Amino acid sequence: MTSPDLEIDCRGMLCPRPIIELARRLPEVPVGAVIAVVADDAAAAYDVPAWCRMRAQEYLGADEAPDGVARYLVRRTAGG
Amino acid sequence: MWVSPPPRTVLRRATFLAVSTPPGPVRRSYLDTASSEPLHPAARSVLDQALEHGYADPRRLHGPARSARLLLDNAREATAEALGVRPDEVTFTPSGTHAVHLGVLGLLAGHVRHGDRLVATAVEHSAVLHAGAWHAARGGTFDTLPVDRLGRVRAGAVAATVVCVQSANHEVGTVQPVAEIAAATDVPVFMDACASAGRLPLPDGWSVAAASAHKWGGPAGVGVLLVRKGVRWRNPFPGDDRVDERTTGMEDVPAALAAAAALQAVVADRSEVNARQAALVDRLRAGVARIPDTEVVGDPVDRLPHVVTFSFLYVDGEAIVTELDRRGFAVASGSACTASTLEPSHVLAAMGALTHGNVRVSLGRETTEDDVDRLLATLPEVVAGIRREAGL
Repeated sequence: MTSPDLEIDCRGMLCPRPIIELARRLPEVPVGAVIAVVADDAAAAYDVPAWCRMRAQEYLGADEAPDGVARYLVRRTAGG
Repeated sequence: MWVSPPPRTVLRRATFLAVSTPPGPVRRSYLDTASSEPLHPAARSVLDQALEHGYADPRRLHGPARSARLLLDNAREATAEALGVRPDEVTFTPSGTHAVHLGVLGLLAGHVRHGDRLVATAVEHSAVLHAGAWHAARGGTFDTLPVDRLGRVRAGAVAATVVCVQSANHEVGTVQPVAEIAAATDVPVFMDACASAGRLPLPDGWSVAAASAHKWGGPAGVGVLLVRKGVRWRNPFPGDDRVDERTTGMEDVPAALAAAAALQAVVADRSEVNARQAALVDRLRAGVARIPDTEVVGDPVDRLPHVVTFSFLYVDGEAIVTELDRRGFAVASGSACTASTLEPSHVLAAMGALTHGNVRVSLGRETTEDDVDRLLATLPEVVAGIRREAGL
């Protein structure tokens, strides 16, 4: 499991809030660092990869937080 | 002696009030014809007459029944001619959804000796997916075929008992390779043609198809089931004793005739209307693509003439539909927050497209360049406003 440099807790947030949080907090990490979005909203599974494609970020895949909630991993690239 | 009660008004006055018309001089543009098209003028005039003469049970032997039977046969023949099929291949059903269910499950029932594996594209209308779930719940298998980024399934052979391939996608407009899939396999093809019927000629190769009159300007409550001559189809439901053994209940004869009249009119005008709508959709696609962080989805060329779909990053689907409605534009959205469930559109998800901030615009016969230009002038400000409120 990749160890993220920043984890954003989006539990309980509905779409598009998790993606907004991801975009807002991206500048907090340096290029090359990994951000994790923990989200229980069903749309995040599709929208995190779609956001990465549209914003030229690298989508690394999904795993699970200790409580079983889905966690989506993104590597910040120079493109963003 | 039985005395009839005094006449009283059953419907409350409020029933007739439009609920969504805002006060003030807002110009309204109805851009949701892919959900339901307004009644075509050709249907309206036929409907008025048919209501007067088409009330009786077409199975009976008296004069009024013969009138109803004549109108029903007329509706069947006109529908068959407009769709390029035989009259005995046409069944009127109580809805497009019911036609889909009868079509999918009836084709499976007719091929039960060959297996029970139903396969459908991942972007079929929910009516097909619900039929698949019903089949699976009764011991059959149900699988879906992936689609590419444009929402198109790969043309080629499919290992199945029955395969469901829509004529065109109802959300993003992409036309599917129905004829190519049918040509590559012996598996019977069920085609959901609800999104395209009347607008585009039906492709070749399908065994059973379904359509829905209110998508082409006929009345709601009229579905069309098409079963090609010689295809093994068996009623999957209890069935009924009717003129047409495939149908359920007495056909709404006046509505079927009105639907047929609308279909004839749409087919007669489609080369002109399609060209006009396709040009307006091109204009919309180009204009919307200039808004930052926007994804226009679906095939830009091989598509339905009247549908275009796009998604705005960071935008709440419900918020944008509501804001556009306030400004006079009626549009649909496949985003989760606008649906009855928390699941986003399975079509957008299967395509790998952005599922939030989604807007589907579908044009009508009367949609003008002015409607499109006013929408294009409105969208940037609405999108920017919602993004600003979200803290971006």
